[in-house]
Amino acid sequence: MKPHTLSVLVENKAGVLSRVSGLFSRRGFNIESLAVGTCEEPDMSRITIVCIGDDAQIEQVMKQLNKLIDVIKVSDLTDNERVERELALIKVAAEPGTSRAEIMQLATIFRAQIIDVASKTIVLAVTGDTEKIDAMEKLLRQYGIKELVRTGKIALLRGTKTVKSTK
Amino acid sequence: MKTGAKILIEGLQREGVETIFGYPGGVVLPIYDELYHSSLQHILVRHEQAAAHAADGFARASGRVGVCLATSGPGACNLVTGIATAYMDSVPIVAITGQVPTSLLGNDAFQESDITGITLPITKHNYLVKRTEDLGHVLREAFFIAGTGRKGPVLIDIPKDVSNKPIEYEFPEQKQVSLRGYQPTVRGHAKQIDKAVEMISEAERPVIYAGGGVINSDASQELVALAETLMVPVTTTLMGLGAIPCDHPFNLGMLGMHGTRYANYAVTECDLLIGIGVRFDDRVTGKLDTFAPHARIVHIDIDPAEIGKNKKVDIPIVGDVKSVLQDMLAKIQKKKAYDKWLSRIKGWKEKYPLSYKKDGTLRPQFIVEQLSGLLKGDGIIVSEVGQNQMWTAQYYCFRKPRTWITSGGLGTMGYGFPAAMGAHFACPDEVVFDIAGDGSFQMNIQELSTVATNKIPVKVAILNNRFLGMVRQWQELFHDRRYSYTELPPVDFVKVANAYGVEGIMVESCEEVLPALKAAIETDGPFVIDFRVEREENVFPMVPAGAAINEMIGS
Repeated sequence: MKPHTLSVLVENKAGVLSRVSGLFSRRGFNIESLAVGTCEEPDMSRITIVCIGDDAQIEQVMKQLNKLIDVIKVSDLTDNERVERELALIKVAAEPGTSRAEIMQLATIFRAQIIDVASKTIVLAVTGDTEKIDAMEKLLRQYGIKELVRTGKIALLRGTKTVKSTK
Repeated sequence: MKTGAKILIEGLQREGVETIFGYPGGVVLPIYDELYHSSLQHILVRHEQAAAHAADGFARASGRVGVCLATSGPGACNLVTGIATAYMDSVPIVAITGQVPTSLLGNDAFQESDITGITLPITKHNYLVKRTEDLGHVLREAFFIAGTGRKGPVLIDIPKDVSNKPIEYEFPEQKQVSLRGYQPTVRGHAKQIDKAVEMISEAERPVIYAGGGVINSDASQELVALAETLMVPVTTTLMGLGAIPCDHPFNLGMLGMHGTRYANYAVTECDLLIGIGVRFDDRVTGKLDTFAPHARIVHIDIDPAEIGKNKKVDIPIVGDVKSVLQDMLAKIQKKKAYDKWLSRIKGWKEKYPLSYKKDGTLRPQFIVEQLSGLLKGDGIIVSEVGQNQMWTAQYYCFRKPRTWITSGGLGTMGYGFPAAMGAHFACPDEVVFDIAGDGSFQMNIQELSTVATNKIPVKVAILNNRFLGMVRQWQELFHDRRYSYTELPPVDFVKVANAYGVEGIMVESCEEVLPALKAAIETDGPFVIDFRVEREENVFPMVPAGAAINEMIGS
């Protein structure tokens, strides 16, 4: 059982996301994260799904996804060289004083951006892989996280390889 | 200028549709107005569920796409059981539903329901058509998707303004639909087929396990040819009955929960299982770990997702059954003699035949046998669900594909009678019998009105035991005879039939069976026979749920 990163190319049509997500809940597959957006083809979208399961379960997930008429291509990126990113926006309590400076130092170390500064809070934007964002979150907890939002993971294969429609 | 409704009706006719089953309502008024002067035959059912089942029965009997039509909201929702039934058994139907006008969509308007959302898990695909301009090609795609690959139901939801709007429209030339996200594999992989052929040549105790995929792919001839070429016995699933003639020397009958002992023993003992158009359903396999425990497995199926879903497979072959079997037959050269194996199976066949008590009491198995003897493989047999279905599967001798129509996967009570109506329109010259239970028949009994009005000559043989028999059987065996809510009050089905204008007869003894069946067949119109059978007869043999299939009770 390990997390798999699936790249799913779909028709850019109404209802496609519910077809995909409905399939996961209906068949008892677990989604860790899901990110969807437009891609290089104007009439397609790319969904990146992280799901956990053994090899047989992942094989079944991919086969069932492939059966959806609006799904054009499904690829498991897990065992390939790839780049992955998540984005988190974190609103941290930062009363004027020492903690504010410490938070800003942490941001520098993590290459996070400070995108809002107010009298009692700071909002940080951090990108990276899951572990990096988890680490940042853990360190910021001591100052008091007021609010946190994360995107799902997105991923691309390294080099010239792509996940494209075969046609 | 053509309205959406006109495009729809013309489009259906261009797909070769001659008969549809439906029920009108508010938002399908434009479509019904178009039907009013169309040559397309519309059969008015008495409940939308029956329209879906009739379309399904039509599709199973003919191999073509069946069509049903219902209004929005309650009409569409009433189709749901029928669509799910077709989905589970991979039956090609196109269900057309009306929808509230696009301006009201999502507003909880009168008779609005999100039918594309509701049917998402039970359709192969579905459409909500928001522009009249899209209707023509959506219809074309729907028929293509329903009738190719692993077949299945497709729903098209059409808002009232879409069917009302007139547009300039010419149908494009009929050419093959091409969808980038849907390209089913037809030809099996040559190397996989070679491997399978090699594995077959290595086997000592092979068995073919054939299912509904053989029927769906019209591959019965190829199946029988394979069995005869290899000299290998064949067991079929409930859905595969008729793929090989029941009296063929290599036929082992049905396997699984109510299969024959010899079929289950053969599968348990075999060293090679060749699964063809099957899905290793729990009613077939029983306890999975003990299913074909000594066997290597070859699995041929059009749906890659079925391969390895329940049982690990040694040689998967994805492709259309007919095409794969043809390729396989061309490659098989040396014949191997499995004399020892075949004689062992013969021994089981002789030792454990299907049997029931013959003491003069009117038993359901006797009725099925009598009908089987009378029709001799002609006609179409439809069943309801439960004991009636299992006795028919066990005791009716099916000789041809598409002559056995039953709800296998979903197990839908009330399926048989409307499906029989559909089967009649597929094969108007064949005798169509619905073998029913009193419970199932009452689930769509209102269709007596449809068969009476339209003179649809469907014969209903009710095995009336005043119980929900299969549930009662389980209560008897596993719940210490606590018959919780399974006893039904007596109903005089002849009177009910007569009230609708349908002829009927009650039968209480063995001697009356044959004359009653003959009377039913000789009557031009529909006919109901109310067989008062032994009330607590059980379906045996039986594999208790979760047990290994060679651990059967009863004979």
